[in-house]
Amino acid sequence: MSKKAFITLKLFASLGKFTPDSADNYQVEPGTSVRDLITGLKIPEEKAKLIFIDGVKGELDSTLNGGERVGIFPPVGGG
Amino acid sequence: MKPDDDIKNRIRSLSTRKELPDKTPYTGISVNSIINISQNSGISCREIEIASLEEEIIPERYVRNMKSFSATDQATLLKSRITIVGLGGLGGVVTEILARIGIGTLNLIDGDVFEESNLNRQFLSTENLISTPKTDAAEKRIKEINSSVTVWKHSEYLNEENAEGLIEGLDAVIDCLDSLTARFVLERASKKAGCRLVSAAVAGNYGHITTIFPEDPGLKLIYGDPENAPDKGAETSLGALSHCVSLVASLEASEAIKIILKKGSLLRNRLLLIDLDDNTFETMQLF
Repeated sequence: MSKKAFITLKLFASLGKFTPDSADNYQVEPGTSVRDLITGLKIPEEKAKLIFIDGVKGELDSTLNGGERVGIFPPVGGG
Repeated sequence: MKPDDDIKNRIRSLSTRKELPDKTPYTGISVNSIINISQNSGISCREIEIASLEEEIIPERYVRNMKSFSATDQATLLKSRITIVGLGGLGGVVTEILARIGIGTLNLIDGDVFEESNLNRQFLSTENLISTPKTDAAEKRIKEINSSVTVWKHSEYLNEENAEGLIEGLDAVIDCLDSLTARFVLERASKKAGCRLVSAAVAGNYGHITTIFPEDPGLKLIYGDPENAPDKGAETSLGALSHCVSLVASLEASEAIKIILKKGSLLRNRLLLIDLDDNTFETMQLF
């Protein structure tokens, strides 16, 4: 049985509506990818343009092992 | 034409000794005196103000800058030239701030006119300026604020053909556009022209800002490859709010001023993210 892992999840702007109730302590499988995470949250992949893990830009293929702060931003272009 | 010794004597004779609120003494000169010397000599207000600052005589309009900027800094701002692309929500506020702070030349690019839906956030728009070109409104506002600022206005949209020519030779470019496609056009032109670019975007209560030097990877780190990027983002569903737009615009002006003065820390290869719903202000490393 795999160990439990928890992340802090912050979904910005129009992605806010996908925020789960447990966003501050969101359970993931250790080694799960950001792509798996957003699929599980039903966020369209093309909307997850900008991914930050612990304050550094990440990718859809970045893996999560628990303890990370994950932020996801859609494209924003208004002026 | 440059100010000669006669002009400098005239500046000195019209200056007065004063004190800042904390009792720091300074020598100042009024807006009217600057305009007067300019009108009598045919030399621009900007040149008169620069000559004044070189004598450590502070134009009164900049006195409250003086604990943050030296007289030399203020003269550097007056000698600088900044392009503002887009005169909507972000651009209107950036224009106002840079005119007040004393950027000597503002190069304005926008082919649009005001419409009623702009009134909630675009500081240059008023009820009686609906259908007026944004560049005309900006020029009028700048002239009302600071007669030392030279305005170059281009009432046209930026595109691949005109972009480089419109921005080359300028000290900094500020991206206040509302389309991702146009932002990439501006970035390519800025890189070619060797210009430093400040770029920000907003949607609803959210925004982000970064500063891009010609050699930096830039916008593709934020939006992905230009060919796959959409033209519009979350703002189509979230709109734009005045308090968020003006906050982000103020940050753009701050970055531009630091670029000109070569002071402070810039948001190069970093993105400052703002979410006013929960007061998140976080700077992220883009690589």
